[in-house]
Amino acid sequence: MSNEASEKGFVRFSRARFFFVIAVTAVVTAGIAYLLTNIFQRKQEAKNPYIRFVDVTEDTTDPEPWGKNWPREYDSYKKTSIATSTKFGGHGGSEAMPVEKSEAHPWLTRAFAGYAFALDYRDRRGHAYMLSDQEMTKRVTDRPQPGNCLHCHASIIPTYRRVGNGDVMAGFNALAKMPYQDAHAEVVKTGSLNPTIQGAEQKGVHADGAHPVSCVDCHDPNSMQLRVTRPGFINGIKALMASQGKKDYDPNRDATRQEMRTYVCAQCHVEYYCGPKTTLFFPWNNGLKVEQIEAYYDSYKFPPEAGQTEGHRFYDWKHAETGAELLKAQHPEFELYSQGVHAKAGVACADCHMPYERQGAAKVSDHWVRSPLLNIARACQPCHAVSEDELKSRAETIQARNSALLERGGAALVDMLDTVKAVRTPWDNDHRAAAETAAKEKLAKDEAYAKLAPDDQAKKLKQTAQGILNDQWAEHAAADPQLKAALELQRKAQWRLDFIAAENSMGFHAPQEAARVLGEAIDYARQGQIEALKLMPKK
Amino acid sequence: MRPRRIRKRGSMLKPRRAFLSAVFLGLPIGLGLFTFRYAEGLSYISSDPNACANCHIMRDELDSWAKSGHHHVATCVECHLPHSFIPKMIAKADNGWHHSSAFTLQNFHEPIMIKERNAAILQENCIRCHADFVHDITVIQVGGNGGEVSCVHCHKNVGHAPTRPTSSMSWIQP
Repeated sequence: MSNEASEKGFVRFSRARFFFVIAVTAVVTAGIAYLLTNIFQRKQEAKNPYIRFVDVTEDTTDPEPWGKNWPREYDSYKKTSIATSTKFGGHGGSEAMPVEKSEAHPWLTRAFAGYAFALDYRDRRGHAYMLSDQEMTKRVTDRPQPGNCLHCHASIIPTYRRVGNGDVMAGFNALAKMPYQDAHAEVVKTGSLNPTIQGAEQKGVHADGAHPVSCVDCHDPNSMQLRVTRPGFINGIKALMASQGKKDYDPNRDATRQEMRTYVCAQCHVEYYCGPKTTLFFPWNNGLKVEQIEAYYDSYKFPPEAGQTEGHRFYDWKHAETGAELLKAQHPEFELYSQGVHAKAGVACADCHMPYERQGAAKVSDHWVRSPLLNIARACQPCHAVSEDELKSRAETIQARNSALLERGGAALVDMLDTVKAVRTPWDNDHRAAAETAAKEKLAKDEAYAKLAPDDQAKKLKQTAQGILNDQWAEHAAADPQLKAALELQRKAQWRLDFIAAENSMGFHAPQEAARVLGEAIDYARQGQIEALKLMPKK
Repeated sequence: MRPRRIRKRGSMLKPRRAFLSAVFLGLPIGLGLFTFRYAEGLSYISSDPNACANCHIMRDELDSWAKSGHHHVATCVECHLPHSFIPKMIAKADNGWHHSSAFTLQNFHEPIMIKERNAAILQENCIRCHADFVHDITVIQVGGNGGEVSCVHCHKNVGHAPTRPTSSMSWIQP
């Protein structure tokens, strides 16, 4: 570059410099273009548009066509098939099935003696497995179960509507009376009405098959608004609201959007009776607290059996060891959560279990429903500006305390059962011979029994004799006021213990309430033990 | 006249190349200006609270600010930026760079959390208005490090509340 030229302000351009400038401007232009398209994309996302590629209907139980319209939600919904675990729930994922709960808590087997839960009681898996896990549990394969069970485990409303000729409640009542396998076949037969691509013929394409909880169970297929569909919940919340003086409550009409973000979950994550003696119901007529539900069960009479004028008081099963008429808690998440501080503050299930996440500029509710402990940043931190470690340790402290109290309750219950067993042993010895004779007489008429191998015959005979003995003991216990008092206390203790054990938050949903309930459980178990001790044979 | 002669000499920029160079430089400038406009770049020079929600992350903060106790006395920048000119521009550039790169690359912690230096600006602004009232409190030192009591530690909802609703659930009785 000559001095003269630079003094005048002109730049000497060599060929190399020329191409260098081209390269630099090309990179800069590419960068700006990238930024421009990025901003454009964010602006599009912020409009949150969706395209109805597929016309989904009330009969589209298969979530896959919905996924074509709402791919973000569908992608996260599918993740419910991923195995997850927290300190107190879920399973590691390496094994095909979660472990039996009774292996970790042996007192559960004693508590559920004589009930199907003593056969098979595993930890939970994600929504994706709710139907297949039910199909394969021994509680269903080895024991007759009613069609009621599918109320929550399958996307069943179109089947109710079909069987009820358009009336969901009629179909609900009809399937309730069917055996599980027959009701399941009805759901498979209904299948899913998969719509065709828009523009093509709008007549649905039918596909056989049953699906676990699906989009249509919580979303209106036209507006995508939240709604509830399960008859059990619609009846239950109506009864609950009536008990508070609100007549003719209809959640789909009267609830706020925020309430619906709890109600859709409360369609299933609740305490209920699901058969076989009557149609499924949610026991909320007195309220949601443990003793309010208990009072309702205590006052509830089953439909009278043939020849009876009054039905028997409600119970789930008779305890094989003691003969007590017991209650089984299902998974009262909604009930316990309703007693807690989060519910009081207006926080819905979906706020923590399906928190909003941002994908680009789009706000999406996470449909990978799971423990908030696996997603603390999005589940907890929007309200609690504290580190993730701190939040996790707060939750786990609550859970560890609850777990310790629960195990203490289990020990108290087993002590009580041992005491009743000690009272029963001499009675058993006096009555076993007669029971065995009765069993032999009964089995002599049984053709299937005659075909069994000798070993199996002996086993069956023993089982039958024990069954007869258990029934006789239960009758004896019911007639003895002192024993009856002990067994009533067992009913109270076990109901409370199970209410917290079966609930899926290890006390977190309402820590103080859980501790109150467990405290009562321990007290009732020890009271029952004292009552039973009064009957101990004098030495 | 003289410059023309010089330009014609030897390897200096020829008119044809000069034209091409101008086009090449003009392209990114034009595209850049359009992008700046499209991204509402000018709004960032203003103090309009809506500008803070341009990139959608601050939507909940903006919405809850509009319902907060401070919305009639303080906008976003009045609490979140220094009030003297030079520090204000530095803070704007600092936050502008971090916000735009984070939102473009999508590589940030959520929910978003305030950085320490921004928290210091915030604290300063609380005191700027409320100094007389809180003088007795702010002279207290917390811990051994001489840390001041943070106003928003307790008054965390004065500017914008958590993004969760606090409506009551009708089935829950008092």
